[in-house]
Amino acid sequence: MIPMTHFLVLGAILFLIGAMGVLMRRNAIIILLSIELMLNAVNVTFVGFSRHLADMTGQVFAIFVITVAACEAAVGLAILIALNRDRTMVNVDEVNLLKW
Amino acid sequence: MELYFFYMFAGGMILTSLLMITRANVIHAALLLVLTFFFLAGVFVLAGAEFLAAVQILLYAGGIMVLYLFSIMLMNVEVAVRMRQWHRQGAVVLVAAVLLGLEIWAVLGDVEFAKPKQWEWSLGATPGNVEALGAVLYTKFLFPFEVASILLLAAMIGAIVLAKRRIER
Repeated sequence: MIPMTHFLVLGAILFLIGAMGVLMRRNAIIILLSIELMLNAVNVTFVGFSRHLADMTGQVFAIFVITVAACEAAVGLAILIALNRDRTMVNVDEVNLLKW
Repeated sequence: MELYFFYMFAGGMILTSLLMITRANVIHAALLLVLTFFFLAGVFVLAGAEFLAAVQILLYAGGIMVLYLFSIMLMNVEVAVRMRQWHRQGAVVLVAAVLLGLEIWAVLGDVEFAKPKQWEWSLGATPGNVEALGAVLYTKFLFPFEVASILLLAAMIGAIVLAKRRIER
């Protein structure tokens, strides 16, 4: 029997790694991949609680998180392709047209 | 035994995700994330979420990551590899991450979880995980399920409009 804390710690570590990837990398694709990692870290926590409470709601919610992740991947990659077509840029700090 | 497998999968996930955020080549990063998702599917099986483990491999590793890899092929990877990879705020982020990690550690160290409840079903029993999940998803969560389909439709139209080439008149 795996203790509940293990799932929470694993989720927290993965979320932190994902957040570090988002904040430290310049490459926009790596940032999107890191966001996927953060969403999956949340799923680990949901599934851990689902098992702990013997309640299916956590797993249902994990499915909705996967749905949102799929939408985010599609729209995010479409934006990146549009950016890449106009100017060859993949770095987020070069996209500063709206920056004050 | 269960615990050793959990440590193996968790260690694999942390290792591959750390490698993922440090790669300069985005294709390597995407493939490492696929590996992370396979380990995650193992963790889901250990937590008794067999259907989610299957969805994780079919949908994430098979669907979303292939979408990522196809999009990466459309971009110029070789140019990006030679560029500076990191923001100059790295030290601040590391300090913030360590602080947040310590905070989570402090919170989780204090929490005493009650004895876990027992599932009504076990592995190999009927109704199994898929039946139990479907029974909840299509009754109690039917409305969110339909909303999710509209969200997917909106994302599909948005992706097509955003990635479409401008029609010159």
